[in-house]
Amino acid sequence: MPERQVVALIGPNGCGKSTLLRLVSGLLRPDAGSIELDGRPVTGPDPRVGFVFQEPRLLPWRDAAANVAYPLELAGWSRDRREQQVTDLLGLVGLREFRGARPHELSGGMRQRLAIARALALGPSVLLLDEPFSALDALTRERFNAELLRLWERTETTILLVTHSISEAVYVADRVVVLSPRPGHVVADVAVPLDRTERDANLDVLALGGTASTIRRHLEGATDDPTREELSAEIGRQQRTRQVPIEELGVPAWFDPFGREDDR
Amino acid sequence: MRGHSVQRCAKPAAAHRPRGGSRWRRIVDVTAAAVAFVLLWKLIVVVGNYPVFILPAPEVVAERFVSAWLDGTMEPNAAQTLLEVVLGFAVGASAALVAGYALARSRLVERVLSPYLVAAQATPILALAPLIALWFGSGLLSKVVICALIVFFPVAVATMVGLRSVDRRLLEMAHSFRATRGQLLWTLELPAAMPGIMGGMRVGVTLAVVGAIIGEWAGGEQGLGVLINLARGSLFDIPLLFATLLTVALLGVVLYLAVVLVERRIVGTRG
Repeated sequence: MPERQVVALIGPNGCGKSTLLRLVSGLLRPDAGSIELDGRPVTGPDPRVGFVFQEPRLLPWRDAAANVAYPLELAGWSRDRREQQVTDLLGLVGLREFRGARPHELSGGMRQRLAIARALALGPSVLLLDEPFSALDALTRERFNAELLRLWERTETTILLVTHSISEAVYVADRVVVLSPRPGHVVADVAVPLDRTERDANLDVLALGGTASTIRRHLEGATDDPTREELSAEIGRQQRTRQVPIEELGVPAWFDPFGREDDR
Repeated sequence: MRGHSVQRCAKPAAAHRPRGGSRWRRIVDVTAAAVAFVLLWKLIVVVGNYPVFILPAPEVVAERFVSAWLDGTMEPNAAQTLLEVVLGFAVGASAALVAGYALARSRLVERVLSPYLVAAQATPILALAPLIALWFGSGLLSKVVICALIVFFPVAVATMVGLRSVDRRLLEMAHSFRATRGQLLWTLELPAAMPGIMGGMRVGVTLAVVGAIIGEWAGGEQGLGVLINLARGSLFDIPLLFATLLTVALLGVVLYLAVVLVERRIVGTRG
């Protein structure tokens, strides 16, 4: 994958898109084979990689600025450098006025922008996005794709984006890699012909439509219908991993007869 | 869930300006309930025509409460009990934080230790108190030990559960930024577990008051528990007994409120 490109990974559930991203980021180790970045292997979570998860995964007890500063603190940056970098990043995602806001006071879109700013904090050369806009409504999502491209232009990152949406992939990416499930493998690698600057004007024209239908053809037959065993395994997994939503963290689990609820 | 989050979004605006008169409303409610309680008490005394040594009237108890504080009967005993509770709570809660961390970290530690923890908790502290007094004497130390023992369990369990239930997705996020073990604990696990830990401390601090009284019964020269024994026994001053019980209850409420205030400072501004 060359530098400065935007590549979209597309495919049905269960074809290993998210797993592939976690391998690239070093969050998971490959069973066989290896991942290389600029010729150097990835052996663990890597500062050259920024990860944007499906949900924002912000820390509810920190305000916007402190959430963006989190990776900088972990990396041991001084307070002054952190302050400068956080201000730049918040400006980059258009949240400078919200630096003191808590995650629960922000909209879903703002939270995801904050998560992107956090992923960019350490200046990664690769930005990985795992269906980052899937929780947003369709209108907001369209705007976010444009915004993502604007960010890409202003930073020096290569972007690898996992998506379910063909139109999103065609709009954002230079190349669309189509994956099939069980076992996951690459079905096709489709280049998007139009220059990015022309895409806004040509959102619905033939060239993109043609690319989209090529991708659609490759996806044919690749459903995520699981076998019976897989289905029961999946249900078991979901029951085991059922979790409290992040928004509910930090809410006291004990009664408070002294009217705490009223005070908030 | 959707309705829930909408509600939550609406809260910050309301926080600055509580709903019209809600603070007044609360004061009125609480006062009315207190007045009703005292009136009911008085009514029972009048209707039942109980003698003072069975159930003194509220005004008799109030009078004795004030005089006991003014003539120096109550103050040194209350101060002693407060000291025992605070020291015992500090020791017990600190030990419980460490133990809770170990229990959360290691399944082995949990497997090996939790039966003893539960067994120790199930053994009535009342039955252990004479033994502890025998070992540690009738001074401050034995009370601190009893308070610490009684505080330990709820705080340790709350710490363990809190640390264990940190959202895996947040942990993965921190891993992606190469957080070390120590960083994970201080920047993610501990803040996330804090509401639960504080909940355990709320339970613990009220239990610590019970522990101090029991410790004083098992042997001691000073303290509210000693005063209760004296008032019931050699002094036979039942209004003083009631006034002491009132002091114990107030002590518990004040300490509980102190924990709540600390908790609000630490976790009060979350979503």
